[in-house]
This record gives sequence, structure tokens and C-alpha cells, in this order.
Amino acid sequence: MSNITNQSLSEILKSIKSKKISSLELTQAYIKNIENAKKLNSFVTTTFDQALENAKKFDNKPNNEQLLSGVPLAVKDLFCTENVKTTAGSNILNNFIPSYESTVTKNLWKNGAFLLGKLNCDEFAMGSSNETSFFGNVINPVGDHLVPGGSSGGSSSALAADLTPATIGTDTGGSIRQPASFTGTVGLKPTYGLCSRWGIVAFASSLDQAGPMTKTVNDCSIMLEAMSGFDEKDSTSINKKKETYSKNLKDNIKGLKIGIPKEYRVDNMPKEIDELWEKGKKILKDLGAQLIDISLPHTKYALPTYYIVAPAEASSNLARYDGVRYGYRSQKGKDLIEMYENTRSEGFGDEVKRRILIGTYVLSSGYYDAYYLKAQKVRQLIKKDFDDSFTKVDAILTPSTPSSAFKIGEKTNDPVSMYLNDIFTVPVNLAGLPALSLPAGLDKKGYPLGLQLIGKALDEQKILNIGYAFEKNCGYKNEIKKWWS
Amino acid sequence: MSKEKFDYFINGEKGKYEVVIGLEVHAQVLSNSKLFSGSSTKFGADPNKQVSLIDSAFPGMLPVINEECVKQAVRTGLGLNAKINNYSVFDRKNYFYADLPQGYQISQYKNPIVGEGKVLLDMPYGSKEIGIERLHLEQDAGKSIHDMDPSSTYVDLNRSGIALMEIVSKPDLRSPDEVNVYIKKLRSIMRYLGTCDGNMQEGSLRADVNVSVRLAGDKKFGTRCEIKNVNSIKFMQMAIEYEANRQVELLEEGKQIDQETRLFDTKKNETRSMRSKEDAHDYRYFPDPDLLPLKLEQKLIEDLKKSLPELPDNKKERFIQEYGLNSYEANVLVSEKEISDYYEEVAKLSDKKLAATWMMGDLFAMLNNKGLNISNSPISAKNFAELVQSIKSGEISGRIAKEVFEIMVESGDNPKKIIESKGMKQQSDPKKLEKMINEILSKNKDKVDQYKAGKEKLFGFFVGQVMKLSGGKANPQLTNEILKKLLKG
Repeated sequence: MSNITNQSLSEILKSIKSKKISSLELTQAYIKNIENAKKLNSFVTTTFDQALENAKKFDNKPNNEQLLSGVPLAVKDLFCTENVKTTAGSNILNNFIPSYESTVTKNLWKNGAFLLGKLNCDEFAMGSSNETSFFGNVINPVGDHLVPGGSSGGSSSALAADLTPATIGTDTGGSIRQPASFTGTVGLKPTYGLCSRWGIVAFASSLDQAGPMTKTVNDCSIMLEAMSGFDEKDSTSINKKKETYSKNLKDNIKGLKIGIPKEYRVDNMPKEIDELWEKGKKILKDLGAQLIDISLPHTKYALPTYYIVAPAEASSNLARYDGVRYGYRSQKGKDLIEMYENTRSEGFGDEVKRRILIGTYVLSSGYYDAYYLKAQKVRQLIKKDFDDSFTKVDAILTPSTPSSAFKIGEKTNDPVSMYLNDIFTVPVNLAGLPALSLPAGLDKKGYPLGLQLIGKALDEQKILNIGYAFEKNCGYKNEIKKWWS
Repeated sequence: MSKEKFDYFINGEKGKYEVVIGLEVHAQVLSNSKLFSGSSTKFGADPNKQVSLIDSAFPGMLPVINEECVKQAVRTGLGLNAKINNYSVFDRKNYFYADLPQGYQISQYKNPIVGEGKVLLDMPYGSKEIGIERLHLEQDAGKSIHDMDPSSTYVDLNRSGIALMEIVSKPDLRSPDEVNVYIKKLRSIMRYLGTCDGNMQEGSLRADVNVSVRLAGDKKFGTRCEIKNVNSIKFMQMAIEYEANRQVELLEEGKQIDQETRLFDTKKNETRSMRSKEDAHDYRYFPDPDLLPLKLEQKLIEDLKKSLPELPDNKKERFIQEYGLNSYEANVLVSEKEISDYYEEVAKLSDKKLAATWMMGDLFAMLNNKGLNISNSPISAKNFAELVQSIKSGEISGRIAKEVFEIMVESGDNPKKIIESKGMKQQSDPKKLEKMINEILSKNKDKVDQYKAGKEKLFGFFVGQVMKLSGGKANPQLTNEILKKLLKG
């Protein structure tokens, strides 16, 4: 079973449930992989002892009725984990050990999984390349000079490098879908409110949503089923009956209407992206779906709107990191104000500071109406664009990103070009919709490219079904060579 | 009742100044748990013993609205005859302070839960209506303790996250007296409703006081100063008095008043500048994305309305109608719910009017002297009613009643038992009285002669003798009648 870690989560689950492999053997295999992959820097914290204990416990008393029976999982370090350091990729939380478990991770453990470690991410999930982490940048297994995307870059890197059978990330403006696209993996941002935000270090509350990152669409449906659900501790959580996404997964998409929004054909988009999109359309058409041209006229305002709303909320959400009750506290300063200033200057990195500044500015009196209020209005228009379109189509197909993975350091000094990487993913967050990024092909350098399927609110099952059918007919193959070990 | 004239003005060279006051009252909501967390709200716990992960703003913690606090705010709004808003929004008020763990206070800014309402004040110069601008829900902050250590500040978060109602009045108040009556009226309404205990010592009720002055007759308001966080009615009155005079002095000197926030120094009895308008915080209010807008079903509002208790204004009217009290008596007896409950219990069992007189006289004086309030009165309502009935029926005189009352206070005994055992019953048997009076008259023949000769003030002497002989128990009315009759003869 030397290559068990190459397999998908659902295959691994079959092996566990049929006792072809024990949870302990599986866990040991991942630990070995992780130890050989330190170069990728995808882990901030490992919990091997705890994982081995849990694996043994499972093997002694296996419960095979669960969705994630006996499976070790590494998760993004934005999820608070009880008694395990949770950093959010920031110096300001580098000593923070929560006494509580986030609802989403608790749901995973309730379904039989256990923690393998905490995955690197952009600081407070602010970034598109995992270069803003206090714990250093993460490397994309696709190539030693490439970023894994962000902010869930540790998650995409670890998943693509077989360091975890599946993982979870958070997506505020594309933080699951863009890294999935850069690493040839599947990433889903669920409908806002489907997964509880309780216990997830907040970036922008009205946009943040946790979601699965997996090797296959089937895996994605299993993970989503395990992690989602109503939580009375989150006031924005949606109270609805739990769905069995994996059981209901179907590959018949005949007659479904797929919208193709003209506004997603942006200027200077690489030809390869366009070709990928064409390829996607053809696959869906061949499967019996109907392609329909649609218009989402306010798409061009999505990125500026996002970069007002998200920093505004972040500037307030991050005010609690003041050194008073937990986390990093500067020893310098003679009074409260200086303590704040030094703690936050030393504790936060540049990108976080940039966004706190932007957010503070757009909420300031005299600017509020021109920026924040206007952005909220535009956000409604963007949402309405989608609502209108979904009266005509079942799902929308777009590229996930305007390019493949870029080089480490390539965009570090050009925040706007970095922000532009989220151009196709951000509108979905503003509208609170579910969207799935699927590996769809390679560019001529051999780097993965993804396509995005956007669904109606709470219509995860449909985009998973389309993705499932697409996956079977796309013929995408991951060509990652394990150069790091 | 004669109506006095309103006369709170400050005289200056330039004329008579009117003082304009508006209050922002912060009333702690009576609820078992905090506004957005399950922590207890009980007063007096050891520092940081009633703090949840939400109150201390740990990463990833989210607020969930406490429905009881919402209902309490609606009840209060209804009690203030105010408009209840079916749609309201929680906003974040952003600022840094060590006892504000989130770095923002969750409050309501543009869309409060309660809109305009009104409160009626009974002033000596008549009834006055004070407008309510709004009522909104917000979180309390924690407490910074600066005097425990020379170099550090300590923080107690027990209060952090407790629900407050901020009740904003219109600038309708015109004197410290009106402020006194307004605060007491608000407190009384909230106590009737059970929405705030109004305990000012424990900080359950405090106010920011806005003061401005203008020449009487001016239509335009003067520049106002806000005096922050005053926690007793007396201090509010002192602060207003000081601040209004300070402002008048400035205007008299031809100077301008700066709009600013001031603090009242209770030791020096003066207000001091805290920060000017220019230094005012920019709170960067925006809707809290962790909370959905609060939507109230009309049915919930109607149900709460139906379940409201009788409030002071209505009760006062009823007391006047039902018990034949005058406006002043009714006002005093409804001022606190417990007092009105006590009175009604007494009135049911005894003479309504006499009960009011005795309650407002001897009972209140005694409670006041002993520093007690009606709910821990040593005399039960039932016993008090019996005492009133004993007076009414002529069983004891008013003078004896005072003695019985004293004994009741000390022993808590039933008045019948006291009268019985001490033989304090009034002598009302005309035959026995006549015999006694005849005895006195025959002993004092000279005085009888003098009386008959026209020295009528000797009548008092004879009454005194009767009382002396009867040990004070002779029925005074009857004594008078018989004396008059016998002296004539």
C-alpha cells in the first residue's frame, strides 16, 4: 500500500472500511509524506502524536458508518482547534492556543476524521499567493518556483502533494478556488451560511465561507456533507435540512442550461484561458447541456467593490488583536496607546496593515457614503445580476482565474496585479453563491488551469453533479512529480 | 392644588437665560444573560468570573442576539408610548480601549429598535410632556481599574457585553428639578415593566447630560456640552447647575461656548473638559456583518403589548377614580410599583382615603427614618389596614393610633392584639364618660364657675383632665359633646 496517499479520499475510505488498510497505516503514510515535504512549507503545526493516537483508537474500535471513518485530515490554520495552536498565519497569534474547536472542524471529527496538522495560509487569509504568511511562503508542488495560490495555499499545496487526503479552506474572495485552480485540485466555496463561521478566525464576516478542497468531485461532496450544517452559534448560518451530497451525486446533466457570461472575457486574458473555457463548454455541450449566453453587467465593479467591503470589515474584525487578552504583545511602550501601536505594528504584516488602512479609510466619516455605502449598493446590483441570470440558467461556467500559477515574488510588490487574480472569483462571494473550481487542463508550461461552476444559492448539489460529469469526461490528469522528496 | 409658576432661569446682565437639557439615559436591561452571550449578568461577582469567549472577543467568536433583551427593549418602548420599529440594525461602533475587547461596541446607530415616544412629568406647575427621541440596544463595556497598581491598569470584563438600553430624550427638559422627576419617572416605568432595576448605585442607570443655555424667548438652541456618565440624580442636578452657570458666564463675557464633552468632578462640584468636538472619535459605524437585521413580527409586539402591566400614568388615573384620591396623593402612591401594590392591599381592607393619609404620613416618615423601603416595611399591609380600620371605626383615637403604630414597628405585631393587651381601646361608652366627667367637674367647681362666667378657654383644661383620667383613651369627639352638655347644665 505504498501509494495509498495518491488515492482519492473516497478510495481511501473504501480501503479503510474494507480493512485493506488500517487508520494507523494510513496516518503513518501521510506523516512520512509530510516529513519528506518540509520544503513545501505547507504546514505550520503538525499533530502527529495526537493523530497516531486517534488512528489507534479508531482501529481498536472502528466505526465504519461515518462519512470520514478513520481519516487523518490537515486543515487551514484559520480554523480554531482545541488545544492546538491556531495562528491564522500571523505573528500576532503565533502563541495562541484556543480552548475551543471551530464548528466546521468539530463536524469533521464527529464524522470520524481526526487532525493531522494545521496548514499554512496567507496572514488572516489576506493574499492570493500564500506569500503574506508570517511563517513564510508555501511552494506549489507543481514547480519549486511557483506559488500555490492563496489564501488557502498551504491547503492546496498539501493536498496536491499527497500530504492530506482532503482538506478544508476558507474563501472570502477566491481563497479556495484560486489555489485549487493553481494546483489542479477541486475546491468548493459553498453558499454563504451553509458552513458555520463559528471558531474561524474572521477576515470579512459577510464574505467568509469555509469549504472543501479535494482531489475529486466525489470527495468534495463527501467533505461538504461532513462539514456543513446549521449552527445556532452563527447568526448568519442557514437553518435548513442537511443534504446528502455524496449519495445524490449524479453524472447526468442532460438538458441543464449553462450560462456563459460575456463579461468574463476580460482584456488581455491569455489565449490559453480562453481555450480552456471553450474546451469546458464543449464538454458540457457534448454531455447534453445547453449553453446560453448571459450578461452579468456589473461584473467589472466586483473587484473594486470587494476591495472596499472586505477591508472595511477586516479593519473592524482585526481590532480585537490588541495584545490585551491573548496573542502577541509588544513589551515596548509606556502607555496603553503605545502598547497598542507597538503590538499591532510588530504583530501584523504589510498586507494586513494595508487592508486595515484601506478599511479604516473607507469607513471614516466623510468617506463612508462615497465608498462603503456605494459599495454595498453595487454589491446588491451584482447579486441581482446573478439572480436575473439564474431565472434562465441552472449554472454558470467561467474560468477560475485569469492565469495559471505565477512565480514566487512575481506580484509581491504589485498589490493591484495580485488583487486582479481574484477577478473571476470575487463576484461569487459578493453574491453569497456557491462555486466549484475544477481542474480542467494544463497550460503550455504544464501548469494546471481551472474552470469555475457557479450555482444558485444552496444549489451545491447541482454544481457538484455538473462537476462530477465534467470530471469524468475532461480527462484531466495531475502530472505532479515529487521533486521535493 | 395651587399651581406654582415655572421659574428656573439664570439671570445675567443681558437678560434671563433658559437652560435646555437633554438626557441620554443608559439603563441596564434586566435579563439573566448578556446581550450576545450566555454569561450571567449578576452584579457583584469577582472580577472576570462572568466572561465568555464572546465577551472577551476571542478569535472566531460570534454574537447571537438574546431574545429576552429584545423583548425587554420592546416592552420599555411600549411603556414610553413609543413607536416600535419592526426593522432595526446592529452596528459596530469602532474604537480602541482596554476594556472594549472587540475593539468595537455593538450598538444601533441609524435604525434603532424603538423610535419616538413620550413621558409625562407631574410638575408643581402642571403636567409636562418630555419627548423621547429613540431607544436602542447596545453592549456595555468592561471596567478599567486604574488604582490597584501604580504602573498597570487592570480590566474586569464582567460587565462587558451586558445589554443596555440607551434612551435619548428630546431637549425638552428645562431645570434640574425636571431632570429629577424625569429620571424618577423613567425608572418607575421600567420598574413597573420589570425591564431595568434602576439601581443607580450598581450602575444600572446612568446618563449623559446635554446642557445648553439661551436667552429666554430665543428660538435657536445654544451650543451644547455633553457631560458624560453621571450616575446619580443629585450629581446630575449639581452638574447641570454648574454647567449652565458656566455657560451663562461665558456668554455674559461675550465669549463663545465650545461644543465639547465634559466630565463632572463630584468632589470639586465642577465640570471639566474631556475632549473637544475636533478631538471627537470617528467611530466608523457600519452594520455588524455578524448579525442579521432584527426583524420583529407585528404579532410579537402585539403580544407584548397585551401582557404589559398597568403603568404609573394609568394607575394614577384609576387611583383617583376608584379610591377618590387627589392627584397629589395618587401621584405619590403610584411612584413605585411596590408602594402602589401596598396601598391597594391596604385600601381593599380599610378606608381608602384614611389609608392614603396614614401611608403618606406616618408610614413613609418611619421608613424614611429607618432607611427602609416599602418592600421591607416592618408593618405588613394587612396589619396596616387593621390599624387604619381601628381609627376609622373609632376603636382608637388618632393619638393612640400613633402609639400603636410605634409598637407595631418594634414588634411587628397585629394592632388588634396590641390594643387588646395594652388596654388601649378608646373609651366610647357615653355613660362611663359622663360619670368620669361629672367626677372631674365636681372636683373643679371653681373652674366650672369661671368657665360659666365666660372664661371659655378653660374647656381645654377639662378635656385634658378627661384624657388624663382615662389614660388618653377617652373618645375625643364624645368627650367634647358630653363636656359641652354638662357645662351648659
